[in-house]
Amino acid sequence: MSAAVPSLAVWKFASCDGCQLSLLDCEDELLAVAGAVRIAHFLEASSQVEPGPYDVSLVEGSITTEHDVERIHEIREASGTLVTIGACATAGGIQALRNNADVTAFTDIVYARPDYISTLATSTAIADHVPVDFELRGCPIDRGQLLELITALLAGRRPRVRQHSVCLECKQRGTVCVMVAHGTPCLGPVTHAGCGALCPAYGRGCYGCFGPMHHPNPPALRSTLVDLGMPSRDIARLYQTFNAASPEFAEAARQEERA
Amino acid sequence: MTHRTNTRVLSVEALARVEGEGAMHLTLDGDTITDLRLEIYEPPRFYEAFLRGRSYTEPPDITARICGICPVAYQSSATQAIEDACGVVIPEDIRMLRRLQYCGEWIESHVLHVYLLHAPDFLGYHSAMEMAADGHRDVVARGLRMKKIGNELLETVGGRAIHPINVKVGGFYRAPTRRELRAHLDDLRWGRDAAAETVRWVAGLDFPDLEFDYEFVALADPDGRYPIDTGRVVSNTGIDIAVQQFGDYFEEFHVRHSTALHGRRRNGGSHRDGHYFVGPLARWALQADTLPESVAAVAREAGLSAAERNPFRSIVVRAVEVLYAYEEAVRIIEQYETPERSAVDVPPRAGTGHGISEAPRGILYHRYTIDDEGTITDAVITPPTAQNQPTIEDDLRRFAGDHLHLSDAELQWRCEQAIRNYDPCISCSTHFLTLTVDRR
Repeated sequence: MSAAVPSLAVWKFASCDGCQLSLLDCEDELLAVAGAVRIAHFLEASSQVEPGPYDVSLVEGSITTEHDVERIHEIREASGTLVTIGACATAGGIQALRNNADVTAFTDIVYARPDYISTLATSTAIADHVPVDFELRGCPIDRGQLLELITALLAGRRPRVRQHSVCLECKQRGTVCVMVAHGTPCLGPVTHAGCGALCPAYGRGCYGCFGPMHHPNPPALRSTLVDLGMPSRDIARLYQTFNAASPEFAEAARQEERA
Repeated sequence: MTHRTNTRVLSVEALARVEGEGAMHLTLDGDTITDLRLEIYEPPRFYEAFLRGRSYTEPPDITARICGICPVAYQSSATQAIEDACGVVIPEDIRMLRRLQYCGEWIESHVLHVYLLHAPDFLGYHSAMEMAADGHRDVVARGLRMKKIGNELLETVGGRAIHPINVKVGGFYRAPTRRELRAHLDDLRWGRDAAAETVRWVAGLDFPDLEFDYEFVALADPDGRYPIDTGRVVSNTGIDIAVQQFGDYFEEFHVRHSTALHGRRRNGGSHRDGHYFVGPLARWALQADTLPESVAAVAREAGLSAAERNPFRSIVVRAVEVLYAYEEAVRIIEQYETPERSAVDVPPRAGTGHGISEAPRGILYHRYTIDDEGTITDAVITPPTAQNQPTIEDDLRRFAGDHLHLSDAELQWRCEQAIRNYDPCISCSTHFLTLTVDRR
């Protein structure tokens, strides 16, 4: 951190705004955070915009236009620490479902005048374009993890964000395994922790919104899902949501197309 | 910004305190506005395209991701539409649980707008954080606590506030227990009092004298309550239709400067080339008489007239709606018994279904066609900001036209404020704003 009060910038690319909203949802801590950092660029919250450089940039959203390719390079250039927040920024988001489709056909379906629309054929993660110092997973990110990240950066230490699977969070929470006990298909064994194993606590299987854990094993999970009677098409759909373009989930979905 | 003889060029690169990315462009020739456009450059995300081929069970999770501020609206309209396609009517207790969840979203979204996005305009600050640091800390702290109470209700009913995980076609994965919900009552009652204070506070702000003529469109609740989760589509011009007829009366069209489609009445409607207006002012104009007397009394005291047509005063209506949302949440929880089943079965059936609900920013329409295996073959999503965009442009043209005597900096500030009156949700509508003004 270069200054006594570090500057914070928040940037948006293709996204739903939910991850930067997570910062405004830290109702108990927001005014304390606003006192500990200088909010230099955060359009959703403030019309005061300061020029860079910025000590910390939080980046939400994926890259889907030529202009945004240029913009992310400018932001990287102006930022000390660059952190990507959420599934769009870390994996391309649900809009990456276009990556294996014909984007011209997509434009034709949604827009009456496709010639008015300029878009790239792909939706890609920020790290596909510029070096990223840290990433927070999730669709949306977890508020607790965001506060830990900001606290750690202010203290000059590495954030404590665990990389194990959702399964461990179920055990910590004392939730009975929905797959073993109820035969409910669940992506928990291959999904990155961080949500606190919410879905199983509500009696549904994890749907993978935090993306792949470190070194997941989808083939092992596959045999269980098949035993539960899930057709390949449904298993593929399970991997093809908010983290569809993450290498591990993309490969797992391709396996189903071959099956 | 530059001035030439007879020519003024004014430019703002990105509008702040709105949800999403957009710009406004204003071209002036002397004292005549020759062009005014809200440019929505939020990149397209193609939801309606990639929903094709997905399972009919997936839209509640997928379409929630259109907007981080109003995911419950998407989940509500989506589930209704699919249940309609499959010919299933959900039981009343599940409907009330959905309405309760929706109250949490109205509180969270409206309080965010009133306190964090809109109030700084009236008080001359760049942000709520700046407001708090300059003598308004107690007010901002009150808003943050009100918002938190809405989010906590969302967390109990939906699992989490942003992109709730507990909603499914047919109902919920798990119904909260009576005890879990009653634990929110003390906070909700505090919130109700804080909301009444909020109405009094915003009613005392300075508003410009301004009135527009609108065709208002909102829902009419089947039980005669203030509309939130479902209802017939009604207007101040005599429309009164079931949601299944929505497409017969309203359409979307595509303009070059926006990745959001624009909404209009089919066959031209009765106002402004078919432009119509949805959201808090429309709900207030059409449904204020359904509000309980406790809420109506606070609104009267705040000086709201039967049909408010000044968009700057929408902040007062939003505050009244927050008060109602707290009151309605208390009512639903007080009557709540843990249901025997949290959801009903919705087997797939080939057909087309329609769903509609009152998102915080206005009516949100979904239509899905599914085949007999439950695969989606067609999806149409019509968000509130897309429907309002032509009206916002009309109003801005009028508003800017009346304020051309201002300096460029002042005009820019006032136009940005005017845009925020509509609480535009640009991620939604694209599925908005840089201001440039050319004075020629």
